[in-house]
Amino acid sequence: MATLFDINLFALFGQLLVGLINGSFYALLSLGLAIIFGLLKIINFAQGAMYMLGAFIALLALKYMGINYWFALILVPLTVGLIGILMERFLIRPIANEDHLYSLLLTFGLALIIQGVFTHAFGSSGLSYAVPDALKGGTKLPFMYLPNYRAWIIIVSVLVCAGTWWMIEKTKLGAYLRAGTENPQLMQAFGINVPLIVTLTFGFGVALAGFAGVMAAPIYSVSPDMGSNILITVFAIVVIGGMGSIGGAIITGLGMGVVEGLTKYFYPEASNTVIFLVMVIVLLLKPAGLFGKEA
Amino acid sequence: MIEHASSHSESIANPAFHASHREKIRINNLHAFYGESHILHGIDMTVNQGELVTLLGRNGSGRSTTLRAIMNMVGERSGQIVINGHETIAMPAHKIAHIGLGFCPEERGIFASLNVEENLMLPPNVRSDGVSLEEIYDMFPNLYERRTSQGTRLSGGEQQMLALARILRTGANILLLDEITEGLAPVIVQKLGEVLRNLKERGLTILLVEQNFRFAAPIADRHYVMEHGHIVEEVHANELEAKTELLNTYLGV
Repeated sequence: MATLFDINLFALFGQLLVGLINGSFYALLSLGLAIIFGLLKIINFAQGAMYMLGAFIALLALKYMGINYWFALILVPLTVGLIGILMERFLIRPIANEDHLYSLLLTFGLALIIQGVFTHAFGSSGLSYAVPDALKGGTKLPFMYLPNYRAWIIIVSVLVCAGTWWMIEKTKLGAYLRAGTENPQLMQAFGINVPLIVTLTFGFGVALAGFAGVMAAPIYSVSPDMGSNILITVFAIVVIGGMGSIGGAIITGLGMGVVEGLTKYFYPEASNTVIFLVMVIVLLLKPAGLFGKEA
Repeated sequence: MIEHASSHSESIANPAFHASHREKIRINNLHAFYGESHILHGIDMTVNQGELVTLLGRNGSGRSTTLRAIMNMVGERSGQIVINGHETIAMPAHKIAHIGLGFCPEERGIFASLNVEENLMLPPNVRSDGVSLEEIYDMFPNLYERRTSQGTRLSGGEQQMLALARILRTGANILLLDEITEGLAPVIVQKLGEVLRNLKERGLTILLVEQNFRFAAPIADRHYVMEHGHIVEEVHANELEAKTELLNTYLGV
């Protein structure tokens, strides 16, 4: 056993890897939430259900239509994004001018309905989705064995997150989005179709959850409650990073995954609560979140 | 022959018909509401091509609301608003700018999440002959120097220049400017006066809400005086002296 100051490096790196994987999903999901919250000022409780939907659509598409993982990686986010667009257009928009509590309740209700339908149809025990052939196997590193699919998750998530950040912070489209977040009425007066931007943004934020769902299918069990389980943690991460901060959501997502992984090694009993503990401390010291702007 | 006759009869029936191509803004019986409160009570006004017209009045008389109603930024509005020959009363807010309108709000509306150049480039072009970026930086050298600063880090005067420059870039040929001199140092107010004269020379049509009568008087062609959501007086530039006392009563100077 390779040990250093009584630390079992194999176990430590193993947990760090698990932490990074979880962190990748936290980052993708909280990024979607942050984008939606930024522009619409609503908290999309259905984000977890969309993640679950992504995993299930990938699974069903493979089983009934022979659509493989690689096509699913493109088609599923598009499908989930389309569902999000319909959801925004026909359910959320009619109550957009009401108190935001209504849209929160609406998305929460939708999440329960979607989860209920899938539980009814597939049971709650979970199904499995095979790792694509090209990503089977792994690499032996000095202190750990790195399965290829796990390396793939980390790389792709980081690329997607970085690409999204770049699009929002550095492009003209992103400038519309940032400005629309600040003063939608003036944007309209400048001749920009803000309702259209809102719909597309919601679709994109939800599509990110669908994408995360496809990525997750081969390593987590595909089950109706996979979304609601992860969502609570993701909300805590969004609060830690600061509501609406794009970069904050990404960094906090990955970071909290690592913190959780380290806790699993050093003090496993606390691994399920450590993120909430961090949330409490951050809220006490910096209520707007680590990357949020003080109101 | 028949077409000819009908257009002829139209021009007789409507004496404004011949002048209509010069009318950039024509407002008839405009009412505007914010929720339950009725702010504008039947406004009638016109602004012709190349004119600079001001809306004068005390705070709360409905001047800003008139501009916001033109941009469809109020809760509800009724009546007629014809811009560049297009009836806009039923138009969604995001389409109105595209008939050639540029709006500069009272609070300036500089975006904190955008830098100066991003703020400048934000509004889409509404016509093809806008002021180019080089010309804008020529006109406002400060904006060039600070083009990578966060928009709201600029001084009040610079922010005002930015808010103005931003709509000039789009090619809008009708400008709605709300209290652009408010709270600014005299030297900057003077600079803004020069800019407005320059824009008039370019043939732009300007509707200006202004508290600072000394600023507005020498550059404006006409003034509308508003009170309690009505237009109570129209004063041409050449009548200013004769009507000074009347204006003072309305404006409470």
